[in-house]
Amino acid sequence: MSAHDKLLGLAARPKVAVHKFSSCDGCQLAFINDAVSLLELSTLVDIVHFAEAGPLDEFAEVDLAIIEGSVNTKHDIHRLEMIREKAKYVLCIGACAITGGIQALRNYQDEKGLLSWQEGVYPQRTDVIIAEDLPTAKPISAYVPVDFEIPGCPITSIQLVSAVRAILFGVEPEKNVDSVCVSCKHAGITCVMVAKGEPCLGPVTANGCEALCPSLGRGCYGCFGASKYANIKALKQQFRDMGLTEQQITHKFQFINSQDAGLQGE
Amino acid sequence: MLYTNDAYTPFEVEVVEFIQEHHDIFTIRLKFTDPAIDSKYFFRPGQFNMIYLYGVGEVAISIVNDRNHQPGRFEHTIQVVGRITKGMAKLKAGDKVGIRGPFGTAWPMEEAKGKDVIIVTGGLGNAPLVAATEEVLKNRKQYGKLRVLHGIRTSDLLIYEDMYTRWNNSPETKVYMATSNAEPVDNGKWTWGKGFVTNFIPELGVDYANSIVMCVGPEPMMIGVAKSFIAAGVKPENVYISLERSMKCAIGHCGHCQLGAQFVCKDGAVYPYPACEELLKVKGL
Amino acid sequence: MSHYYFLPHQRIDDMLSALKSDGYKCVAPRYHDGSIGYDDLNKSSELPWGYHDAQAPGHYEVTKTEHKHAFGFTLPTTSVKPMLFKAKENVWKVARNDEGKLAFEPIVEFEKIAVFGVRPCDLRGIEIQDRVFMENSYNDVRYVKRRENQFLIAMNCTKSHSNCFCTALGDSPFADKGFDLAMTELNDEGFVVEVGSEKGRVLLDTLNLAAASGGQAQAALSRIEAAAEAQTKTLPPIKEVEAKLMANLEHPQWDDIASRCLSCGSCTQVCPTCFCHTERDEPNVLGTETNHTREWDSCFSIDHSYTHGDTYREDTKYRYRQWLTHKFSTWRDQFRTKGCVGCGRCVTWCPVKIDVVDEINAICK
Repeated sequence: MSAHDKLLGLAARPKVAVHKFSSCDGCQLAFINDAVSLLELSTLVDIVHFAEAGPLDEFAEVDLAIIEGSVNTKHDIHRLEMIREKAKYVLCIGACAITGGIQALRNYQDEKGLLSWQEGVYPQRTDVIIAEDLPTAKPISAYVPVDFEIPGCPITSIQLVSAVRAILFGVEPEKNVDSVCVSCKHAGITCVMVAKGEPCLGPVTANGCEALCPSLGRGCYGCFGASKYANIKALKQQFRDMGLTEQQITHKFQFINSQDAGLQGE
Repeated sequence: MLYTNDAYTPFEVEVVEFIQEHHDIFTIRLKFTDPAIDSKYFFRPGQFNMIYLYGVGEVAISIVNDRNHQPGRFEHTIQVVGRITKGMAKLKAGDKVGIRGPFGTAWPMEEAKGKDVIIVTGGLGNAPLVAATEEVLKNRKQYGKLRVLHGIRTSDLLIYEDMYTRWNNSPETKVYMATSNAEPVDNGKWTWGKGFVTNFIPELGVDYANSIVMCVGPEPMMIGVAKSFIAAGVKPENVYISLERSMKCAIGHCGHCQLGAQFVCKDGAVYPYPACEELLKVKGL
Repeated sequence: MSHYYFLPHQRIDDMLSALKSDGYKCVAPRYHDGSIGYDDLNKSSELPWGYHDAQAPGHYEVTKTEHKHAFGFTLPTTSVKPMLFKAKENVWKVARNDEGKLAFEPIVEFEKIAVFGVRPCDLRGIEIQDRVFMENSYNDVRYVKRRENQFLIAMNCTKSHSNCFCTALGDSPFADKGFDLAMTELNDEGFVVEVGSEKGRVLLDTLNLAAASGGQAQAALSRIEAAAEAQTKTLPPIKEVEAKLMANLEHPQWDDIASRCLSCGSCTQVCPTCFCHTERDEPNVLGTETNHTREWDSCFSIDHSYTHGDTYREDTKYRYRQWLTHKFSTWRDQFRTKGCVGCGRCVTWCPVKIDVVDEINAICK
C-alpha cells in the first residue's frame, strides 16, 4: 500500500481495537486517564476490543488496531500476525511497541545470562517459560508492517487523542522529532544540565512529554526515543566532560529505548 | 491586499470541482463563499496562496487561473507529497477549505511585452505558469511569439492536455513536449521530443536577444534551462525562475523559506535568475 | 529640574503601585530554584536582592550574597521575547458545522505589562523583533497590541558575565533608546532614573522623585562603563563579520562545529531575536473546532527546511551555518540591522559549550 493510499479506505465510523503485548499497560492508560476524550471518541468510533476497558473481541475485523507492548514469546508472534491480518491499519503506541522497551535490555544477555534471568523471575516451572520465550524482546515492526507510531514511555493522552483524531481526518498522525530542549525552552524551564550539572538525554531525545523530568529538576531519561538529528557522540563526550564513567554513560543509553537505532553511537 | 487586520487567519472557500489529473496529482477549483472577499481578491500570475485543510494545516501552492475563465474562480493543482496534501487528495466538490493570499512576486508580464515569451516547465512546474501563459494569450498582440516547453518523465504523466492543445492552436504559439525517461507516445497534437526541453532551443524560431524566459521545475533543471537559454542569447536578466521552499506563514515571519537573505515567500517566489544564481550554487543554504 | 532622578530602594513599591493603578501587570527578574527569570512582581521584596550569577559556556550559577542590591546579577535566563512573541499560542480558531461550513476567528490576546528591569541587550532584542513583526510588509496584530500595551523600565548593566559580548558588536550595556524609563542601580541606595518617553515621564511625575545628585549620576555612568570594560570577548568589526561569513560558506570550521553540535536548538530558543516559528492545528476530539497554533521553531528542527519531500539542510553543518550566517550576516539585508545583541545566552545555554564568538573568530580570521 503506497503512502498516498493510506487512510483512503477508512470507514465513516471506524472499528478500533486496543491490544496489549509485553508492557506495563501505562500507554493504554493514556486512553483511560482522559475519560472525557475517550467518551467523545466512542461517539465517533466503535471500540470492539479493549481488554483494560471492557470489550473483548480480539480477532475482530477492524479499521485500526492500536498496539501496546513488545514481542517476547512465540505465542505473541502468532497473535500479532492474526491482529495484523484483521486490521486495515496498525498504530503502535509507546516505547515497548516501537523499540522493544525496557524489557529489551535482555537482548544484551547471552543464553546463560538469559537463563539466570528466567530462573530468577520465574523460579517455578521455568521450563514453560523457556519453551515459549524468544531470545529477544523486539518491537512490533520486527514482525509485521506498522502504519503509524506514537513514541513515549508512557505516551500521553494528548498524543493518543490527536493521533486518532488525525486518522479520523484521513491524515497521518504528526511526529515529534525535535529535541526535548525545545520543549524545555518553550516552557521556560531552566536547563538542568547547564544550571544543575544533571546529565540529561534531552538534547538527543524526541519531545512530546512537555519536558516532564527537567520540569522537576531531573535529567531526561530518553523515554520518547531519539530526536531526528540526535548527535550521540557529542552528548557522550559531554557526559565524559561532566565526569561520568563509561559504564554510567552506557547505562544512560541502555534504558527505556536501548534498541532505538537513533540512540546508538560512540 | 486582503489583510488589513490579521494576515494569519484564512478565509473560507468552497471546492466547486475536484479534478483528478493523475494518480497523485489533482486540481481543486475554488470560490470564496463571501462575495465581499471575492470582490477584493486579485492575484497576479506566479503568486501563490496558503491553502488550509480543516484540522490539519496549511500548504503554499501556486495559483492557476480558472480553466473555464469563469469570474470568481481560481484553481490549485496539487501533487500528493506530504501529510497535508495527502489529506487534500480526499477533498470533493462542496467541501470547504481556507485560503490566505495571494502572496509573493509575480511573473514579469509587463517586462515581457514586445518580447518573444518562452515558457519552460518540468513536471508539475507547469501549474505556476498556466496563468502567465493565459495572460499572454489574453493580450496576444502585446507580446511576440509564445513558445511553451514542457518536460515530463514519460508521456503518461502529462496533465493539462486540453490546455496544451488549445495553446498550440493559438496564434503565434507553439507547444513542445519532451520526455526524459522513455520515448514519447506522440498524440499528434504538438511537437514531441526525447531528452531535455533545452534540445528544442535551435528550432524555436524566436529572437533570443529579445526573448523572456519563465521557468519552473526542479532546481537543477531551472539552472540548466537558464544556462542554456543565456548561452543561446537570452539576456540573463530576462530569465525568470520560481523557487519553492518550506513556508508556514507566507508573510516573512516564520523564517522557514529563507535562502540566504531572501524570504522566498515575499522576495520571491519568482526571481530574475541573476538574483538567485549564486545562492542556488551553495549546497544546504 | 535635572535630567536624572533618583528612586531610593524604599520607593520601588511606589513605582509598582503607580504602574498597577495604570492597569499594568508588573513583571521583573526573580529568583526561583537556582535561576533568575522573569515572573510576576507584586512587591519589591520579591526582587532578587543580593543574588549574583556566574555564566560561562555551558555553565550558569546563582549565588546569594549579603549585598543590598536587587540587580547585582547580569541578565535573566530568558529575554522579554516570550511576553511579545509567545513560545506557543493560538493565533486563530475555526469551527466546522454539520454542513462543513468553516467559521474562522482570529485570536488576539494581550494585556498591559510593565517590565521592570530590562537589560539594554534585551531592549535591542525588542527593537530587532519590532522590525519582523511590527515594521514589516505584514504585521502580526498580536505582537503590535502587546507592544502598544507594554511599559519598559530598562536597567543599565553594572556587571557583565563572561559570555556577554555586546561591546564586541559595537553596542554598550547602556540603554540609549527604546524604553519608557531607564534606571541604573547604585549599591545599597537606589536607582538613577532617566525618562525615555511621554508615558515614562507621566509615570515619573506621579512619584515626585528628587533629582539625582551630580555625584549619583556620575556614579551611575561609571558603573555602566565598568560593566562594559569587564567584557573580554572581541570580534572583528560587524561589517567584516557579515561579509566574511557569507564568503566562507564552505569553511572547514562548519564541519568541526557539526561534530560538536547536538542540533538540539537550545541556542535558537533562548535567543532574544530568533523569530522562526511553525504553525500547527490542534483539533478537539469531536472534530468540530480546531485551534491553529503558532509555536517557536528553530533552524535546527527537522521541519524547518522540509520542502516538497526534501530537506534542504539535512546535515547539522548546514543547520548551524544557517543559524550563524542568518544571525550575523543575512539579517542585515533582511532588516537593516544586525541580528545579535550580544547577550551571550546561546553560549551559556549550549549544553556542549559552543561559543558563537569563538566560532565566528575561527571562520573570520
